Amino acid sequence: MMEVQNVTKSYGETIVVNNVSLPIEKGKMTACIGPNGAGKSTLLEMVSRLIPQDTGHIYIDGNEVKTWKKGDFAKRLSVLKQTNQMNVRLTVRELVSFGRFPYTKGRLNQHCHEVIDSSLEYLGLLDLQTRYIDTLSGGQLQRAMIAMVLCQDTDYILLDEPLNNLDMSYGVQMMKTLRRLVDELGKTVITVVHDINFAASYADNIVAMKEGRLFASGPVDEMITKPVLDDLYDMDVKIIESNGTKYCLYYTN
Amino acid sequence: MKTKRLNLIFLLLLISISVFLFLYLTVNTRGDLSFAIRLRSQRIIPFFLVGFSSTIATIVFQTMTQNIILTPNIIGLDSMYILLQTVIFFFFGMNHVLVTHHQLNFFLSLLLIIGGSLGMFWLFFKKYPGKIYLMLMTGLILGTFFSSFTNFLQVIIDPNEFESLFARTIASFNRVDVTLVGFSVLITVPVLIYLFKESRTLDVLHLGRAYALNLGINIDKYYLILFIMVSILTAVSTALVGPVSFLGFIGANIAYRLFNTYKHATLFIGGSLISVLFILSGQLLVEHVFRLQTTLGVIIQFAGGIYFLFILFKERNV
Repeated sequence: MMEVQNVTKSYGETIVVNNVSLPIEKGKMTACIGPNGAGKSTLLEMVSRLIPQDTGHIYIDGNEVKTWKKGDFAKRLSVLKQTNQMNVRLTVRELVSFGRFPYTKGRLNQHCHEVIDSSLEYLGLLDLQTRYIDTLSGGQLQRAMIAMVLCQDTDYILLDEPLNNLDMSYGVQMMKTLRRLVDELGKTVITVVHDINFAASYADNIVAMKEGRLFASGPVDEMITKPVLDDLYDMDVKIIESNGTKYCLYYTN
Repeated sequence: MKTKRLNLIFLLLLISISVFLFLYLTVNTRGDLSFAIRLRSQRIIPFFLVGFSSTIATIVFQTMTQNIILTPNIIGLDSMYILLQTVIFFFFGMNHVLVTHHQLNFFLSLLLIIGGSLGMFWLFFKKYPGKIYLMLMTGLILGTFFSSFTNFLQVIIDPNEFESLFARTIASFNRVDVTLVGFSVLITVPVLIYLFKESRTLDVLHLGRAYALNLGINIDKYYLILFIMVSILTAVSTALVGPVSFLGFIGANIAYRLFNTYKHATLFIGGSLISVLFILSGQLLVEHVFRLQTTLGVIIQFAGGIYFLFILFKERNV
């Protein structure tokens, strides 16, 4: 269980995240949606302690995140950033191995190698493990980054737009992988998604943000409704249902 | 296969260093060999000390800034040292105790350089955190200011004093004071051991700030510690032999190319050995080809400058 309480962050005069409070269910996939500049990434960065919040508290399993030692926190929560530019020559396996750093400080033991192997296998990267990351395609690099995060073996996994740079087929693969992390491994996945239909199809819960404030949050069924989405995006969104999943049509409005 | 290649390079480096060491100790001795060896061997420790500290400081600094053409001296440490020497000569003259008393001068330089860099780091880590490029810019501007001011003083200084001041502002192993070597070893070795122990954590910094944080490194505190280590190493080698900014640059960049790895432990040892080899061969040239008409500093700046341009052009083409 993760609990965000009255969290605010401002840069100079601009309030980026304004007094946000919400609970996040453990063992579920939560998608964070909203227009550009709504403060989604900033909220994610505060929860993952990449930046400090100005006011408010964030609790993970009952403990305020600030009280965690950095080393212990890294064993509970991992994060995938929006842009992943590495200016270092690493093989896929070496990159994924970095995920074990919180446990062994770089001295890999037998258990580490097992976790690395299973992470690589989970993302279908076993064939690519000796390739250098600068030779990978965008989709392959994204998968390698997820493998590193998975290798960190944390209960909570936060992802900032993991579908960035992925084509339709890789996008679907990625969301299916995230779904498996939740269903098979019991992870709690929180992800910022721009494509609302991916959120509607794969997430359990949706958090919607607008202009720094929490706009609405709840289970997918309650959130993917015309009144909510129209207001959220200031658009006329049409919702259709196919095979029990809701889809939003907004392309020609 | 990769480790085999690494071992081969290390072996070659060690063999060439041994050969050059042997040459350095025995070439052109004329007369009592053991006397010459005793005299010359005094410089061996400074060779290794300066080679290791300047290279390792440079590699750590380059990892922190994620930029392989920077050296710690970019924040103006060299010019601060030169300015200090100039100011002492200018205001107190060449016979003042600060000039003639080598230990005093050494510790004063050490204090000034460490103090100066800590001032910079305090400013840019406590006051304006996360602005590493602002710090580099400020350092660059301060460095230019220091050199201009130095230039000004040197133009109006007494010519005789300028002569002996000039000798101090160019790196040279010819005037290393043996009594200072002990101090330097005492200060440098613990820092080097610490950095070697940290080499795996340094590897993680390659992934960038966010992932280092994500993997549990308290990055602001860690950067402050690393900067202190880098300034101590730079300060000691500068105070001991004078400004050697290009030396670490050469060692580090050749090591990146030769070893083609991100692992700091390998780069530290390999790069340092390359620098030591460079010092040894350069010093041989200075003593036996140029007959002490020049100093190692000049050779380092010459070779380093050319190599620097080479890297710049190469990076531009990528």
